[in-house]
Amino acid sequence: MPGKSPWKVAATATAVVLLAAGCSSGSSDDTEVLPNSISIGIAEPTSLVPSNSIETSGSQVLASLFYPLVRFDAKSNPYPVAAQSITHDKANRVWTIRLKPGFTFSNGEPVVADNYLDAWNYGAYGPNGQLASYFFQRIDGFADLQAKDPDDGGPEKAPEPKAKKLRGLKKVNNLTFTVTLTEGFAGWQSVMGYDAFFPLPKAAFSGDGVLNKDFGEAPIGNGPFKMKGTWQHDEKIVVEKVADFKGTIPKVSGITWKIYQDLGAQYADLVGGNLDIETKIPIENLASASSDLGTRLARTPSSSFSFVGFPMYDDKYKNPDVRRALSMAINRQEMTDQVFLGSEQPATSFVSPQVAGARPNSCGQWCEYNPTRAKQLYTAANGPRDIKISYNTDGGHKAWVDAMCNQIKASLAVNCTGVGLPKLKDLLAKVRAKEDVGLIRLGWAMDYPLMESYLGPLYTSDGSSNYYGYNNTTFDSLVRQGSAAPTVAQSQKLWNEAEDQLVRDMPVLPLRFGQNVFGYSEKVTDVTMDLFGKVDIYAVDIAG
Amino acid sequence: MFRFIVRRLLQMVLTFFGATFVVYALMFAYVDDPLQALVGDRPVTDSQRAALNARYHLDEGFFAQYWHYIKGLLTGDFGQSLTGRSIGDMLSQAWPVTIRLALLSIVIAAVVAIGAGVLSGIRRGGVFDTVTLVLTLIVLAMPIVVLAPLAQLVFGIQLGWFPPTAGRNAGLYELLLPALVLGSLVIATELRVTRTSVAENLRADYVRTAKAKGLAPRRVIGVHVLRNSLIPVITLIGVDIGVLMSGAIVTEGVFNIPGVGFNLFRGIRTEDGPLVVGFVSVLVIVFLVINLIVDLLYAALDPRIRYE
Repeated sequence: MPGKSPWKVAATATAVVLLAAGCSSGSSDDTEVLPNSISIGIAEPTSLVPSNSIETSGSQVLASLFYPLVRFDAKSNPYPVAAQSITHDKANRVWTIRLKPGFTFSNGEPVVADNYLDAWNYGAYGPNGQLASYFFQRIDGFADLQAKDPDDGGPEKAPEPKAKKLRGLKKVNNLTFTVTLTEGFAGWQSVMGYDAFFPLPKAAFSGDGVLNKDFGEAPIGNGPFKMKGTWQHDEKIVVEKVADFKGTIPKVSGITWKIYQDLGAQYADLVGGNLDIETKIPIENLASASSDLGTRLARTPSSSFSFVGFPMYDDKYKNPDVRRALSMAINRQEMTDQVFLGSEQPATSFVSPQVAGARPNSCGQWCEYNPTRAKQLYTAANGPRDIKISYNTDGGHKAWVDAMCNQIKASLAVNCTGVGLPKLKDLLAKVRAKEDVGLIRLGWAMDYPLMESYLGPLYTSDGSSNYYGYNNTTFDSLVRQGSAAPTVAQSQKLWNEAEDQLVRDMPVLPLRFGQNVFGYSEKVTDVTMDLFGKVDIYAVDIAG
Repeated sequence: MFRFIVRRLLQMVLTFFGATFVVYALMFAYVDDPLQALVGDRPVTDSQRAALNARYHLDEGFFAQYWHYIKGLLTGDFGQSLTGRSIGDMLSQAWPVTIRLALLSIVIAAVVAIGAGVLSGIRRGGVFDTVTLVLTLIVLAMPIVVLAPLAQLVFGIQLGWFPPTAGRNAGLYELLLPALVLGSLVIATELRVTRTSVAENLRADYVRTAKAKGLAPRRVIGVHVLRNSLIPVITLIGVDIGVLMSGAIVTEGVFNIPGVGFNLFRGIRTEDGPLVVGFVSVLVIVFLVINLIVDLLYAALDPRIRYE
């Protein structure tokens, strides 16, 4: 090379590079796109195995590949879909599920009771490590499928669980099976609407209870769509219509689930015309979204619930009047309007009012902005002069925590500071150690549309997410009675009574209910989203 | 020359293991509870924890985990990410697009920087020099987190000259905008270095000699000045490849390119130790190889340099 002109070297190198960049790639456009098909933006799913799916992106894709036992109407009451009928005994303990005949998986296998039993047993079996396995915990025998690590994180291997199959699942005939619960639960039908309860075909298993390693790459379902090719990680998942599907037939003939890492990039593609539906418009783009999208920007309620918990172990917050005063000192509407630009709604109840039986304004006067009354109450109750609100800094909470602090300062003339901790678990570790963290930033999204999905985990004394330590035996027993009540209406009545107890005790301060803020292109119409943050794939249609 | 390369390759092996060890140790210290990160705010049940701990060796000590990792690595197995995907597959899917992007932006940056740098070096203080000075200052002052979305908004959406996002199989045209944005990270420094270097060499004795010999000005600059001025620029370009890989974390996110930068970011966010270490290990190799190539290029540019 010495002696040659450097220009020549550079030119050759450039040519080589440009050739490499140009040649090694095809066109990025989906040349194989079907007519009448649409594209919907999602994030990379963690898994497409139904019992391992716990986030919205995977759940969206699965909703197109599988046909659930029940779906929910506008009032979030369940109705059978893949099931012909779902009946139960007087105690709500033994549930009989009769399947509609004639349904097949996309590989041609008929859907039979065994497909459900196989899938549920697989999902519930502890050593399979399925992330949605907790959905099966009400079924009789669930505990026997679990094995506890003997030395809690130590090197010793966990023992084999006692059983491999759920005792509570029994096949009656090819199209009928029964589910026996550990204790009666009136809302079990709603629980079965979740992804974890989808059936799996025989082809999914390579042995008894052993799932094919690659099943999640191209799941075979009983739904209106089937996989076209396999899951192209970080890129897209293409599904196409199943010919002569027996259930509700969607109006579009295919969906390309385009995978994005960043909501902003997704928004750019939506506005640029490369994407049909974005299910979550990022808050940075909300200001320009109404002019970019016009009437194609829409909002529907979602199930997410943001609140702050009061540390019940801290004497400063022992007096319910202090908690009520703080609740009245904040202006929820201002917060949702100014900080969230209307993408969330003020919360004035402890259970999302979208859930069947729940009331929109159960918190009443205590959740209304009333600074004068708040100040009186606070002074009379001799509330603390220094308020802290602890939050995790990785979730974009700083803006509203600061806003909330300013409102408290203005209304109560006390000092208020927001304390940021890196992660939620750092915060929860402090709460568990009963440290002085002040108010605790928390959030919740329901698992199934029942009041119990809020009341149970968040507020009962053994609730899985009751970090703040609220403990009221009256409340606990009302929730339990509600779950055991013979009819759903009676359950709802008891659960409402339980919520009234929460209003009296104010263990948490309800702040906001979430909304799906979504946008779509001119190509599609009839775009709706449900409480779970999923697009209704049966309703969406091509425009014009 | 041959002995030099062999020696460097042997050094690389040591550097590689040292670097992976350090990165592994850092990730081990950073990662606290990846299972919790996997499920979000939900509690993880005991039996899930037991099953997943066993699968990913999370309940073992640092050296045991590192041993498992190295053992896999030596047999060509990068292990599994926490979502169950093979990291080897992820690497082979992510690298091609990132390499294309980085090469394209290196070429764009180098062509523009050397061209403009030589021109402004020759006409120091002229209009062109002043204008490029101002422009480079603006580009230097713009962080990529601003530049990337701005370029996407203006050229991708409003003007519609380029597609707003690229994707894994992006062609030259789709990669052009992200490459321009990425290249702007390094273009300013490369330009300034070329300019200074050219201006300095123009005053050197050998240039005066060449001119006195009566050589055409074009040959004086094109061969004598440029060749000597390129040595620092080549070093800079070598280092810049590293800058481009890190800048790619933002650019790849904005333009939806599922490459190396994105996977690193995802690994860090989800506390996925094996994923981060896998990608960093390959990045280390890339750095080492590029540095070797840069060293070899010196010899091509400057006959006085000999490797023994």
